[in-house]
Amino acid sequence: MSMMKRISLIFQSKANKALDRAEDPRETLDYSYQRQLDLLSKVRRGVADVATSRKRIELQVNQLEQQSQKLSDQAQKAISMNREDLAREALTRKSGLTGQITDLKAQHAQLQGEEEKLTLAQQRLQAKVEAFRTRKETIKANYTAAEAQTKIGEAMSGIGEEMGDVGMAIQRAEDKTANMQARAGAIDELIASGALDDASSLNRGDDISRELESMSSQADVEAELAALKGLSQPSQPQAIEGGDILSPEAQKATENREGQA
Amino acid sequence: MIVRILGEGQFDLTDADLDWLNELDTAVETAVENGDQAAFETALAALLDAVRSHGALHELDALDPSDLILPPADATIDEVRAILGDEGLIPG
Repeated sequence: MSMMKRISLIFQSKANKALDRAEDPRETLDYSYQRQLDLLSKVRRGVADVATSRKRIELQVNQLEQQSQKLSDQAQKAISMNREDLAREALTRKSGLTGQITDLKAQHAQLQGEEEKLTLAQQRLQAKVEAFRTRKETIKANYTAAEAQTKIGEAMSGIGEEMGDVGMAIQRAEDKTANMQARAGAIDELIASGALDDASSLNRGDDISRELESMSSQADVEAELAALKGLSQPSQPQAIEGGDILSPEAQKATENREGQA
Repeated sequence: MIVRILGEGQFDLTDADLDWLNELDTAVETAVENGDQAAFETALAALLDAVRSHGALHELDALDPSDLILPPADATIDEVRAILGDEGLIPG
């Protein structure tokens, strides 16, 4: 027998087993309807769970991309200060992040696919549950227990198959999400431990920025010193213009005034 | 004839489609038996594409059981074995 036929028989036998359990077949209708509603709310929760995981990954990608940009800037700055060693270190860390980002983006796409699939599954089940509810009321109103059996069987096998399908879809989505959540948790821990340096905690900084900052503050001191020294010697244009007007003694007096100011 | 692709819904096909459906299904089955994942993926994709392109979506609010059921598009060989074997993948 073909694979397709075997799978359909397996689904049908599941639906029939549920039918055999009840003494009055009409009880099966109410019981099944309740299970359909339960399954519907389970699908809704499933969609929400997948969406939460997807958003978490989006957040992580943003954090890692910020961090990656920061490392690029640091490398640039290090090069401008002739510190190739620091630039190399920054770029090495950045390439590690790029791998993580690519990986997370692939997971994100997968979760988006799962979310869409579950949303469609929810719509299909919703339509069938609604149809079942109508059929259930008709059967309960119009048939005796004995007559109802066949009608119920017809309604049950269609909805039973859909429930099996949707149940399986949720199971698969849950497995995938659980797997990704474990990995997302590991990345959160890495970010928290500072190994990847969380770009959102600006006060903490990392070793590369500390070194660059100390270098640039040294550079600032030098620049300020140079500026102060520059002030103590009249700037060149003034000297050229004023050279003929002021005697060397008067120039010295000007310097002293400026020095005191 | 109603064919369900698990995870996607039901499609209406004509009985005349059964011949080539069976042909494509045999390719999938052979790949499952041989444990050949690459061949399985190609064969399953061909089978599902054929159903999607030849079939029309069955009414959403119908309660009809399917004549044939196909594995989901991203199924692995192990999953198909689980469905066919101990029914482990189908809840309740």
